[in-house]
Amino acid sequence: MSWLLVACLMTPLLSAAASFIAPRGGSQRATVATCGTALLVALAAMLLWQVSQQGVISAQMGGWSAPFGISLVADPLAALLLLVSAAVTLAITLFAADDVDAARSDAGFHGFVQVILTGVVGALLTGDVFNLYVWFEVMLIGSFALMTLGADRVQLDGAVKYIALNLVATVLLLTAIGLLHAMAGTLNFADLHRVMIDRPQDGMSRVVATFFLVAFGIKAALFPVFAWLPAAYHTVPITVAALFAALMTKIGVYSLFRVGSLVFSVEMVEMRALLTAVAVATLVVGLAGAIAEHRLRRLLAWHVMVSVGILLLGVALGTELALAAAFLYFVHGMLAKAALFMVIGMAERHGAGEHIREVGGLQRLSPWLAAAFLFSALSLIGLPPTPGFWAKLAFVKAGLDAGSVLLVVAVLLAGLLSFLPLMRLWNEMFWKAAPEPALASQTLAALASAPGATPPGRPMQAVTLPAGMVMGLAGLTLVSVLIGLAPASLYALAADASASVIDPSTYVQAVLGEAGDSAAMPMDGPSDAAPDAMSDAPRAATPDAIREATSDASDTPETSQ
Amino acid sequence: MIWLLCVLIGVLTSASVWLMLSRNLVKFLFGLVLISNVANLVIIVGGGFTPLAPPLIGEAGATLANALPQALVLTAIVIGFGLVAFVLVLAVGTYRVFDTVDMDAIRFAEPVDAPRVVDPEQVEPGVRS
Repeated sequence: MSWLLVACLMTPLLSAAASFIAPRGGSQRATVATCGTALLVALAAMLLWQVSQQGVISAQMGGWSAPFGISLVADPLAALLLLVSAAVTLAITLFAADDVDAARSDAGFHGFVQVILTGVVGALLTGDVFNLYVWFEVMLIGSFALMTLGADRVQLDGAVKYIALNLVATVLLLTAIGLLHAMAGTLNFADLHRVMIDRPQDGMSRVVATFFLVAFGIKAALFPVFAWLPAAYHTVPITVAALFAALMTKIGVYSLFRVGSLVFSVEMVEMRALLTAVAVATLVVGLAGAIAEHRLRRLLAWHVMVSVGILLLGVALGTELALAAAFLYFVHGMLAKAALFMVIGMAERHGAGEHIREVGGLQRLSPWLAAAFLFSALSLIGLPPTPGFWAKLAFVKAGLDAGSVLLVVAVLLAGLLSFLPLMRLWNEMFWKAAPEPALASQTLAALASAPGATPPGRPMQAVTLPAGMVMGLAGLTLVSVLIGLAPASLYALAADASASVIDPSTYVQAVLGEAGDSAAMPMDGPSDAAPDAMSDAPRAATPDAIREATSDASDTPETSQ
Repeated sequence: MIWLLCVLIGVLTSASVWLMLSRNLVKFLFGLVLISNVANLVIIVGGGFTPLAPPLIGEAGATLANALPQALVLTAIVIGFGLVAFVLVLAVGTYRVFDTVDMDAIRFAEPVDAPRVVDPEQVEPGVRS
């Protein structure tokens, strides 16, 4: 069934291409993108089912067997996150179909969303660290395009900072991969795991691990390299903000964890204290920013950092239960963050301004919007019966089991303090009476800030929202409600994922397994090409032979001098 | 040869860090272009620098070059070229819109709410003591 891996990767790529060449002016581009994403959700669901039945699935591209070619691997973690990412993106494309203006749509907006999705799928499924870099670039170029598309002054300012700092991260990642290759002589995750576990630990491996930590830390907006996030996330169209908040930083944390658990398993344990400190600092900064903020979008942007901090706390603790809790939180965070950004977008349709003073009375204007906001906000705070509660419960249990008071206190305090900004949003947006238009415009003039999404001084009023926007938000909220009411099946998947990353031997076995093993075959059915091609080569029968050969070669210049 | 490249990496890194610390967006971008080439050099040096050796598996015992770093660097150069082209266009656009390349002067996304430093000239004489 390894064709599924390739199908998952090709679907968003082809739908991106189809969306770029679809005729402009109408809704065709959005329709193509939505259909492609829906197909990906179906494929991802099949993949998750397959993986939960047979364990890790891998495919070798072009029939080159494992450490030589590029592997695609789906373990329970990647498959779970793939399904959730695809589902959230489906909701976002539905939302975008009605939200994005014609100029942006004609400039290729929906295609670029698919490009980002391609990067996300690739980063989740790849079994090769250089390939991971390439998929990060795909994600990056898509996000650059979305950041700058139809840019006004505010958006351009945010885009410059986002792009500059992310490119620094890219250079660090590339350097880290170069050094890792110099150290281990291979780029395949499974092979790297084998090599690095036997390798005596020294300064070099710590340096390379730190390079990776900083590079993925910038992508994930960890303290102290988070400055691009509050500068950029609030400037983009609300659909893009929802997409970035749900996917981009989370993929940074995922990659940090993937590289940490497979390649630097020893260094990861050593860095546990550092990771915990970084996670707590990220939490504190995100919470402080959210509490101090008075603009709707920026408040939510700061709160993205809280999710990242909690995720990293679980990863830093590293017990099986803590990881399961982190993966549960992963899923819940993606759903809730995307939903909250959508609510802000809909509130702006009702006439809400940028500032907290230019909004109010929404509960009366749109009770369903209020319900959707409340559920996702309570989920981020962590009250039952929301998915966030179950994730926090698992975190607290993991912390108590491992005797880590810090984790328990940090997670509970983060929930408690999230109450302040999110409930202030609730009070101001929904319970407060609608502001007088005159006051609103006066406030805006006094602040002398750049114009927001809506013209100043527009009164709050009930409008009929387009069906796509409603479906997107309703879908996300419905999934959240279902998870909140019946968390057992999702928890089972998260626990499965956690067990598989705690013991990567099945991962390594599935990728490097003997040729002829059905799991290592490129396609279903007989395929003799790969073993034959390899046996034709005189040396290089094993990865170690190649490694010796290349390390001999790299020693030569020193000895000849 | 290796040591020469190592010195080059050090020099280029320091130069690009110096450039990237500038408030001037254009200087920052030049630093970024330079440091992405440093990353490519690191891959080449790290992968083993073997002059005059073929990247093929030939007779046993013969010196052979590792072809993988070359392939990696080729990929990285192509990706880097695309990104640099994009970023340079962005810099031109930034200059056209804001009429400056000083990043400290561009505060549209994060406007300053209130003046942070009180100008002593504007404080009343009695208060100043």
